[in-house]
Order: sequence, then C-alpha cells, then structure tokens
Amino acid sequence: MTVTSIALARPAPYKVTGRRVLRSEWAKFWSLRSSWITLAVAVFLLVLFGTIASYTYSAGATAGGPPGASSGESDAVSLALTGVTFASLAVGVLGVLLSAGEYSTGMIRSTLTAVPRRLPVLWAKAAVLGPIALVLTTLGALAAFGLGSPGLDGEKISLSLGDDGVLRSLAGAGLYLGLVAVFGVALGVLLRNSAGAIASLVGILLILPGLASLLPDSWYDTLSPYFPSNAGQAVYALHQSSDALSPGAGIAVFAGWVALTLAAAAYRLARTDV
Amino acid sequence: MIEARELTKRYGDKTVVDRLSFTVKPGEVTGFLGPNGAGKSTTMRMIVGLDAPTHGSVTVNGRSYAGHPAPLHEIGSLLEAKSVHPGRSAANHLLALAYTHGIPRSRVDEVIELAGLTSVAGKRVGAFSLGMGQRLGIASALLGDPAIVMLDEPVNGLDPEGVLWVRNLLRQLADEGRAVMLSSHLMSETALIADHLVIIGRGRLLADTTVEDFTREAGGGGVKVVTGEPAKLRSLLAGPDVTITSSSAEELLVAGRDAREIGTVAALHGVPVYELTPQAVSLETAFMDLTRDVVEYQSAPAGTARKAA
Repeated sequence: MTVTSIALARPAPYKVTGRRVLRSEWAKFWSLRSSWITLAVAVFLLVLFGTIASYTYSAGATAGGPPGASSGESDAVSLALTGVTFASLAVGVLGVLLSAGEYSTGMIRSTLTAVPRRLPVLWAKAAVLGPIALVLTTLGALAAFGLGSPGLDGEKISLSLGDDGVLRSLAGAGLYLGLVAVFGVALGVLLRNSAGAIASLVGILLILPGLASLLPDSWYDTLSPYFPSNAGQAVYALHQSSDALSPGAGIAVFAGWVALTLAAAAYRLARTDV
Repeated sequence: MIEARELTKRYGDKTVVDRLSFTVKPGEVTGFLGPNGAGKSTTMRMIVGLDAPTHGSVTVNGRSYAGHPAPLHEIGSLLEAKSVHPGRSAANHLLALAYTHGIPRSRVDEVIELAGLTSVAGKRVGAFSLGMGQRLGIASALLGDPAIVMLDEPVNGLDPEGVLWVRNLLRQLADEGRAVMLSSHLMSETALIADHLVIIGRGRLLADTTVEDFTREAGGGGVKVVTGEPAKLRSLLAGPDVTITSSSAEELLVAGRDAREIGTVAALHGVPVYELTPQAVSLETAFMDLTRDVVEYQSAPAGTARKAA
C-alpha cells in the first residue's frame, strides 16, 4: 500500500470553540440509531396514551389508570397528558444513553481527548438534547390533545386549545420533559454507568414520591411538593391541587433539582480521571 | 515534543507510575516499552489529560495538553482500541471529532482513505474487526494533522500487511519532522520501527537509550565459527578474555573476539573457515533480562508457596 501525503499546510486554523463542541454533540446525537428510536418512543407513548385516555374516558368512572395520572377529577388536559410519565422515562433514558453511553463504550476517551477542558461537552450535551426533547414532546402533547379532543366531544370536561391554561399546561409538559432529558444527561455523567443512572432516574421520578408517604404526615405534606416529579407535575397540571406548587414555582423547583445534578456531574467530570 | 518530569500516578497504595522522566523528540520514533502492567497506558493517558498525575507533570509542546486551543493539532493519539461508540459509523465518528476543532470534511475523507477504510467508512464500528478498529484509531490520531503522534500498541490485531503499513507510516511521520511515540511490550517489533527507546517496569524508568546502543550492548553473544581445523583455530584464538566452546566437531563458539578478528587470524594461518556468524543475543532476551525483576504478572512455577497475607 502506498502512503499518500499526510501533511496539511501548517499552521491549520483549528480551534476548539463552544459552538463547535455543540455542533459535534449535535452530530453525535443524530448519528446514533438509538437516539432516533428512543425519541420516537417518547413521542409515541405521549401521543398514544393521551389519545387512548381521552377516548376511553367516561364521566361516571373515576380515572384509575397508570401511575402519574393525576388523581381526583380528570380534565381534558390531564387525560391528554396521561403519557407524560412514560415519556419522561423515555427521554430520561435518552439523556442517560447520550452521556453514560459514552462511558460504557469508551467513546468518552475520544470525546475528552478532543475537548480536554471537558465541561463544554456536558453543557453541549444538555444544550443539544434539552431543546430537541422540549420541541418534540411539546408537539407530542399538542398532538395528544388534538387527537384526543374528538373523543371527549359532548363531555362536560371537554376543552379547546384556546381555553384558559390549556396551552400553558401542554407547553409545560414539553418543558418538563425537556428538563427530564437534561436530568438524564446529568445523571449519566455523574454515575458514568447506564444501568445505575437509569435506575436512579426511575427511583427519583417514580418511586421517591411513593416512598415518601412513609414519612410522618406533617413532614410529607411539607416536603412532597418539592420532590422532582411532584414539582414537575405542577408545571403541566391544568388545575393545581391545594397542596401542590404553582406552575411557576414547580418549574423553578424542578429546574433547581436538574441544576444541582448538573453541578454535581460537572464537578465529577472536571475532577476525576476517565 | 513530550516532556515528562517526575511523573507519578498512585491509586491508593499502588504506585503505577513512579517518578518517570523522559522526552519524546520531533523527527524520531520513540518506542515506549515495558511488560504488561508497567504503566505505559497510564502514562499515555496522563499525557493527554485523561488521568491527572499525582505528582510531577507532563507537557505537550511546552504546555499541558488541556492548555492548547486545538489539542488534536498538537498530538494525535490512539489509546485503547475501542474508544469509539459501536453504534456509529467510522465516518460519523471521525466527523464528530472533526467538528470540535473545525476540521473540514475533506480532511476526514483523507484520513479514511489513508487508513484504508474507504470501503467500510459507512459501516457501524461495532461490526469492525480488531484490525479495522486499529486502523480507525490511527485515522483519528492523524485527523488533526498533529505534530506528535502517540499510539498505544498500534499493531495489535493487525495482519502482516497492516503491521508493515503502520511501520512505514510511522517512519514517514517521523521523517516529516513529527514526534512519534508508540508503546509495545514486544522488543523485536519495536526495534524495527523505533530510533529511541524508553523502557519502563513497574512504573519506573529502566532505560532511556537508542535502539543502536541497546542492540550493541545486547550483542555480546559471541561468534559462531565452522572450520575444518577447529583444534588449530582454537589455539590460535586463545587469549585472556577469550572463551571458546564447541558444540560439534567442526563448530566453535567464540566470545571475546569479533568476526573480523577471527577471520583475519584464520586467513593468516591458512585455516579454512566455512561459516563465520556473529551471534547477537536476541533483543527480546536482552529486554527480558532488563525487565525480569519488575514483571508485574510473573508466571510462577507450579507449587509456589503462597505468601501469608
């Protein structure tokens, strides 16, 4: 085999910049089949469960149904957003795959050799996946609401997009799911292990609220609204129950949890050997 | 240029790299040798900042690796074979790395062709053989047109054609004025490629020498002579520093005189010589002698008593 010329003219204008790292993470995200599949699953679950819940609703029956579905009175929005819990797992797992997946495959060594300052990689991953998840799940929530509406025709609880708080709730679901995706990225970088990060994600979002009911009542009432998934629920619920946070406070609290996890992830990423 | 000064890495009680100092100069191929577990890979990871040294420092072209605006342009490295996501294609993997530095797509195509991966560039890396994975690793090492090329066990898993390719490639890179560093645990193979040798064992520097010097020092294996008159030649060659042994009727093994002296003596006295061969101690043997005491995972003879904890 002949060896062709290896050299380019020096000095080359190469330089690592934040925008370029972002571009790289964007390309990395879309060049994996698992990204497409998990993202599609998230949106599909969101739309499917929302639509089904709307069509199977009947005024008399209490909305039993899956965990995370809001208790008490159903409304058109809560039915349309039945799938949020499932979608949150899917986008959370997507975040974990994007970050912890690099550790399990060894890709992280290539990544951090190219960007030895390291932290831009974490920010870029969050900045790529967060908005992608936000946009697509918001569209998914809108679709679930739109597809479900005919199923509620004539019901007392039927709502239209223009009604008070409906758009805010649907967009809130997208915002929550976008943040869950970033949460997954942060957990993955923090724990460096896909299985561990996914387990933590499920534990924190789904099991923690249930487990907390073991606390003394007075503690539970005070603390429970601040749990990540409860705070998140406040963002996309149409009507806040009396003990829940307001949507604004809910998003602030959940974003706080995500920011805290990101900070811990950044600390570990910057400080420890790969 | 890579400069390691008192480089030390400890994991708990275990010192993996111990006050290691060496220099990798441009225009040369430096072989980084040591038995398994000697600390070669750890040293290389510290060079590119994946591991932080416990003590000491290492600089790449005068600065710490992370301090460079375009690190892939300073040093291209191949570390463990699989530093790649198996679900991504070779081309997409290289492209993702290229984006971080603003390296153009044309350069990606160039290194793919250089590494002989053109036909499989669109294939998922997970389906690659070990040898193809190595070629991809070498392609990514060259991606940034680096001043230094550092390869950890580059010929692992390559077929003979691939080994030859790597050998020629590294020689060419060094001739272009780049610094080339490659690690290996095989002396014989490294001696074919390298100019300079840095040999370590248990994290410590054992030798910092040139291949030429190492070979010369290892060359004390005597000269094999096949002659029609062994008894006569034996007495002619005898001297204070000369030892002569013989393994068969016509064959002598002479230590203490080189082939030229023996030939001259034989010719002077009309002794017929049928064969005259300097017996170099193999480089591998010399290397093993050097590292015998520091081999991390020595195969113990069966039945060795276990040490009490």
